[in-house]
Amino acid sequence: MASEQLEEYLESILDIEEKDGIAKTSAIARCMKVAPASVTEALQTLADKGFVHYEPYKGASLTGQGREMARKVKRRHRLLEVFLSDVLHINGENVHDEACKMEHTLSDETECALCKMLNAPARCPHGSLIGACDRDVESCSACLRETMPHSTCTRDEPLIPVTSLRPGQKATIAFIRGDNSVVQRLADLGLTLRTDIQLVRKAPLLGPVEIAVRKTRLAIDHAIADHIFVTAYGEKNG
Amino acid sequence: MSGCRDCDGCLPPAFIPDTNREYVVALAGNANVGKSATFNQLTGVDQEIGNWPGKTVERAEGLLQHRGRRIRVIDLPGIYSITALSTEEQVSREFIAHDHPDVVVNILDASALERNLFFTFQLAELGSPMILAVNQMDLAAQKGIRIDTGKLSALLGVPVIPTIAIRGKGIAELSDALVSAVQNRPKPHTIPYGKEVEDRIRRIMVLLPAGAGGYPPRWTAIKLLEGDPDTVWEAKKQAPDVVTAAQAFARELEKIHGEPVGTVMSGERYHAAERMVSEVMDIQSPQDQELTPTERIDRLALHPVLGYLLLVLTMGGLLVWTFVIGAWMSEIVTTFLAGIAPIQPLVKGSASEILFAGAWTGFVAALTLIIPYVIPFYLFLTLIEDSGFLTRFSLMLDRGMHKMGLHGKAIIPLVLGFGCTVPACLSCRIIESPKQKFLAAFLVTLVPCSARTIVILGVVAAFVNIWWALALYLFDFILIVVIGRIAFRVLPGESVGMIMEMPDYHVPHLHGVLGQTWQRTKSLVWIVLPAYILGSIAITAAYALGFLEPINVLLSPVTVILLGLPLMTGVVFVFGIVRKEMTILALAALFGTTVFSTIMTPAQLIVFGLVTLLYVPCISTIMVLAREFGWQRALGITVLETVLAVGTGAVAIRLLGLFL
Repeated sequence: MASEQLEEYLESILDIEEKDGIAKTSAIARCMKVAPASVTEALQTLADKGFVHYEPYKGASLTGQGREMARKVKRRHRLLEVFLSDVLHINGENVHDEACKMEHTLSDETECALCKMLNAPARCPHGSLIGACDRDVESCSACLRETMPHSTCTRDEPLIPVTSLRPGQKATIAFIRGDNSVVQRLADLGLTLRTDIQLVRKAPLLGPVEIAVRKTRLAIDHAIADHIFVTAYGEKNG
Repeated sequence: MSGCRDCDGCLPPAFIPDTNREYVVALAGNANVGKSATFNQLTGVDQEIGNWPGKTVERAEGLLQHRGRRIRVIDLPGIYSITALSTEEQVSREFIAHDHPDVVVNILDASALERNLFFTFQLAELGSPMILAVNQMDLAAQKGIRIDTGKLSALLGVPVIPTIAIRGKGIAELSDALVSAVQNRPKPHTIPYGKEVEDRIRRIMVLLPAGAGGYPPRWTAIKLLEGDPDTVWEAKKQAPDVVTAAQAFARELEKIHGEPVGTVMSGERYHAAERMVSEVMDIQSPQDQELTPTERIDRLALHPVLGYLLLVLTMGGLLVWTFVIGAWMSEIVTTFLAGIAPIQPLVKGSASEILFAGAWTGFVAALTLIIPYVIPFYLFLTLIEDSGFLTRFSLMLDRGMHKMGLHGKAIIPLVLGFGCTVPACLSCRIIESPKQKFLAAFLVTLVPCSARTIVILGVVAAFVNIWWALALYLFDFILIVVIGRIAFRVLPGESVGMIMEMPDYHVPHLHGVLGQTWQRTKSLVWIVLPAYILGSIAITAAYALGFLEPINVLLSPVTVILLGLPLMTGVVFVFGIVRKEMTILALAALFGTTVFSTIMTPAQLIVFGLVTLLYVPCISTIMVLAREFGWQRALGITVLETVLAVGTGAVAIRLLGLFL
């Protein structure tokens, strides 16, 4: 099976997992608009490659490796959408489909250059959050300032925004996106890089998230928290 | 002050014999660490205490007399950093650097030592003599935290006093330490940064010209390295090459660390704080399994369904309680006062009789219309605030407030607005961005304060029915949301999201709650009583002298033609500008009756209530808006709201005429 198709499957499973917890074969088939039989076959291939845990009749869940791959493709997809709509002014209806085709051929280098050119956008035109890249930098401004050809050194662990942590889950701050004043405000309250934090709770309706840091508890606006990227404990191996 | 660069510390401003001099001491620290409580214990002045980060919106001052020394104590606003991003940070930093307090008392929360020391290090860089009070030792002990204050003192080089301010523990020791500190002037040790940073600070210090900006050279060097706008601006005038050098150093640091220089510095300070905490603090393994009381309560208060239910019940309870208790107290006071002298404004008789009747009516109105309602309101609100529930409510409402371009913290001014608009406008200072601060204050002026509620109750609920009164309330709330949304789009500036500390719950301290309720009420009494008495005298006198007719005629195009109200209401609205509830007083005085249904139709009563609700904020509010945001914006709000009131009133009278 072509790698493009596998990547499409991984993206769909990620979407369904985030919504329902486990991705059932039927749900994947509906989402990809293919027959359930083809889904079973594809899941088998993905499981062989170590991207998903697959149990017949129950469904699939992403492994650490699979999730990382899926997030990477999602990030590229959304970056491309921003590029297509904001820079090329492609008709809104076609943006998604175009990005779907282009996302599989993008190299790391192009992805990074695209992100810089677009000024490290936070959200795609449809409003979904664009994940953090896996480059080993500590802030977007550090990356944007760089004029030299960048290093290809990447992170080992996947990064997720604080808002994706489960209540009670612990994590370490890896990277904060945004302009200096927001980063400074957070740093002053003790949210500096490599600080351990714990997600206490997420308020309903995308309200603020409450986190424990340095023996204090802070309520942080959801949009700001989306920009705080962390390495969750126990995420390394899925 | 110039020439500070070469000396170790400032000499006292003059060589007055020490015992006669009044010393100045500033209290500084993070929000919600017990600064206000410490201030009260030291000075006996009842500064408001609340379980709400960012309480001290205005600088409070008090006097401590201890062992023959007179020490003026200044309570600075609670801040987390001195980067001067907010007005409060600016105020604190300028006060410490330019007013040269004899000693800065840094108050710390024992439970959150790391973050508090981060601030201590910044204070230390400002170069003032310092002592530390580590507060809330009891709460820390409950969490299994023990702090070796002796060791902390040795590491920092300044006295460290453990306190439990709310119970007055450690205050005597703190006062003793203050008295000796104003003479010994203990200076904290320099907290070293990492080698790369420290190197560059030294090199900038060498380049600095003498006496730059009145700040200590090390501080100036650090701020230049951080690219602090104010410091850079000052330095550019005197030594532009230093600024260029500092910027180059900053770029080098950013290259080494790969993050903005400001966060590099914060990171280093936190790193130093972590190291110090590990030396002085000892934590008994906390019982991981057991939930703390705060966590238990939060399960309910922040529950997606029960939390909102609790919020609605509490806020509803606050208003119902206010008016049930208020009406009861008002009745008792009225009965009592009516026994002393008849409460009936006179318009005929001798001049002294008329004036006395006017003054007496005003006095009674103040005591019966306003005070009985604000006392229970503030009491209940203080309980919610002091216990820590109010912060939870603002977290729950944050998302909703976004719709008006505000965030959760704005809930405090809006709720305070139900009591009195003036303190509510002042409390908008807890909001960081200038745009949101102004927006919140604007919306606060539309919240029905207790005065306006009394007019609605006394005119509409009493003589039309309660449902029309509630409908007016509902209309007002919708209007606030709609106007909030429009203003959010029209006003320039940016909105920033909320970052707020969540304090632990605690059982409110009776003394504190009563003290704060009285404090809030007291300031109103001083405004209300004179305004009422003078206003009432003015009304009766003007009426007796026949001054009212011209005003009524002048306003008649608005009152009679547009709003369809009786001619006499022109003067009533003019008096309402002084205080809104005076409209009731004026109505009663001018028409000689308190049964308003005999002078106006139901539709007219409703429109009268509506206009009173919306038109010109009272004089005190306009003054406070002008002080906070300038005359242009204050008058802008006044004009806008008057137009709004007349506009909606004119539409309402025509619509209501169809079916009432």
